[in-house]
Amino acid sequence: MATRRDAMAVQAVIGLPLPRRRPTVVAVAGIVGLVVALLAGVGLGSVAVAPGDTIGILAHRLLGLNLAQTWTPQAETIVWDLRLPRVLEAMVVGAGLAVAGTTFQGLLRNPLADPYVLGTASGAALGAAIAVLIPIRIVFLEFGLLQGLAFVGALGSVTVVYRLARVGGGTQMTSLLLTGYAFGSLLAAGLAMAMYLSGAALRQIFAYLLGSFESASWANLGGLLPIVLIASLLVLARARSLNGLLLGEDAAAHLGIDVRRERAILLALASLITAACVAVSGLIGFIGLVIPHVVRLVVGPNARFVLPLSALIGAGLLAVADIFARSVGEIPVGVVTAAIGAPFFLFLLRRTQRGYEL
Amino acid sequence: MSGDDAVLELAGVSGGYGRRDVVHDVDLRVRAGERLAIVGPNGAGKSTLLRLVTGLLAPTAGEIRVGGTRLASLSRDAIARRIAVVPQLASLPFSARVEEVVALGRLPYEDPLRGPGPADRAIVSAAIDRVGLGRLIGRDARELSLGERQLVLLAVAVAQAAAIVILDEPTVHLDIRHQVEVMDLLADLNERDGRTIIAVLHDLHLAARTLPRIVVLDGGRVVADGPPAEALDADRIRDVFGVDPAVMPEGPWSHAPGAAGAQSPDITSTTGAAR
Repeated sequence: MATRRDAMAVQAVIGLPLPRRRPTVVAVAGIVGLVVALLAGVGLGSVAVAPGDTIGILAHRLLGLNLAQTWTPQAETIVWDLRLPRVLEAMVVGAGLAVAGTTFQGLLRNPLADPYVLGTASGAALGAAIAVLIPIRIVFLEFGLLQGLAFVGALGSVTVVYRLARVGGGTQMTSLLLTGYAFGSLLAAGLAMAMYLSGAALRQIFAYLLGSFESASWANLGGLLPIVLIASLLVLARARSLNGLLLGEDAAAHLGIDVRRERAILLALASLITAACVAVSGLIGFIGLVIPHVVRLVVGPNARFVLPLSALIGAGLLAVADIFARSVGEIPVGVVTAAIGAPFFLFLLRRTQRGYEL
Repeated sequence: MSGDDAVLELAGVSGGYGRRDVVHDVDLRVRAGERLAIVGPNGAGKSTLLRLVTGLLAPTAGEIRVGGTRLASLSRDAIARRIAVVPQLASLPFSARVEEVVALGRLPYEDPLRGPGPADRAIVSAAIDRVGLGRLIGRDARELSLGERQLVLLAVAVAQAAAIVILDEPTVHLDIRHQVEVMDLLADLNERDGRTIIAVLHDLHLAARTLPRIVVLDGGRVVADGPPAEALDADRIRDVFGVDPAVMPEGPWSHAPGAAGAQSPDITSTTGAAR
């Protein structure tokens, strides 16, 4: 039977080279995509703003240029106060999740790892649920509480997982992964209980679980951006360690990497990024899982390229997903990323159906 | 004994896991440009000794010196520039081109911010040529045969440009042709580049045929150290490996069938029954 598998076997025998594109080409494409996504995200919506006006408003507010005002004050408010922070927040979260995903996949040496793998997601969700259930009903303060508890929950659960996985001094990556799964399940039980007890607040918890940028604001962005930016740059400065781990933990040590120290630092940075992202946007799946794989397929596994390019592509993709979510009547953006990401991940799996041995 | 030309020196080294020592009071001197095998039955402490020598495990007693410097005083980078280790097998979580894997050999020299430079890339291509993998450039390292993968890992060590190359069972997954190929390559690295080669081997026959010095480890101690004829005489094989050397099948390599023949038919294959 001439199956697809046979065709793949033949391909392996002939030995086709792995396709590669130059990182600079991908970077330029990513930046162009990002600018287009920014203009589209700010211009599109129930009140359309012409691209020329959009650029004019941005130039006016950002660069202080004194242009002939062809736009209405309402357009300026919509662009500057509502849409721009939302688009930027989606971009920062997209970049952060992609960087965290790349880091977790590299650290755990597991292609199925994502930013939520060590219990950050369940920790953040439980924190958010508790915030919703705490009877403080001042709206803007409640937002602060939800984000704060989600952030603390995410970081707290990673810390617990890391400590629980430390048996006999060392931390094995598989034990970390399994502990993350077990502890995540425990937190999920807590979350289910909280949701069961929540009554009318259930919808609010549920909205958090599905992820959304409806509550985006300059204030949120001001808290999110420095954490994601600085932590991502620190991760990038450790690309060498992630590269060393490609061949395994012992091999990395033999190549000059202080594995124990680097692992702790990278784990902390990636968890911090994830916690900041889930605090402002809720749980948005598949960006952190799929984007790094796509980038690796194109430029190879070198973390020095995969990290920044994943950030770029993740930012653009999540911004576009949010524009879509907004334009079809405010559906949760997590639904959109899952709807795009899951089939795409299946496609990737079919393309790379082989073992992980070298 | 002349002290200066020792590239690796172990003095009274013990070590193990937790409170239990696996390696006891090992003395070993390896001169620059030597080529030797470390052999011993399963559980003799070969892997533990390897971890001690590469600094992955701190000794509980004794001292290890690399090129005259105390191992404990060297950073991981500094150790990696002096000692390259070829693992039995490595796994790759993501697909990678052969040259992308070999480039990892330059990590000990890499500036964390600037990354590899043109000189590093030249060394990587030279390493690929040196082990004869030029025809596989661009290929996915995960698609290669076991023999080719072993050569990729060897190329990583060549690119690492360390004076000492330690190999952990470099031939265990290979058929006879690839075994000979790998051992020839090691001899060439030793003779032409002057690299010190230390191979942990299971296969006594292969060790005796290809390496001029054999260190026999048993129960975590060095029980013999010398040329093959001396270190691996009949009495010692009986004592250490618990088999009668008379059972060694003579010669017919063709007897080794298919995949099972990856291990050449030597005395170690009967150890289980005899012990």
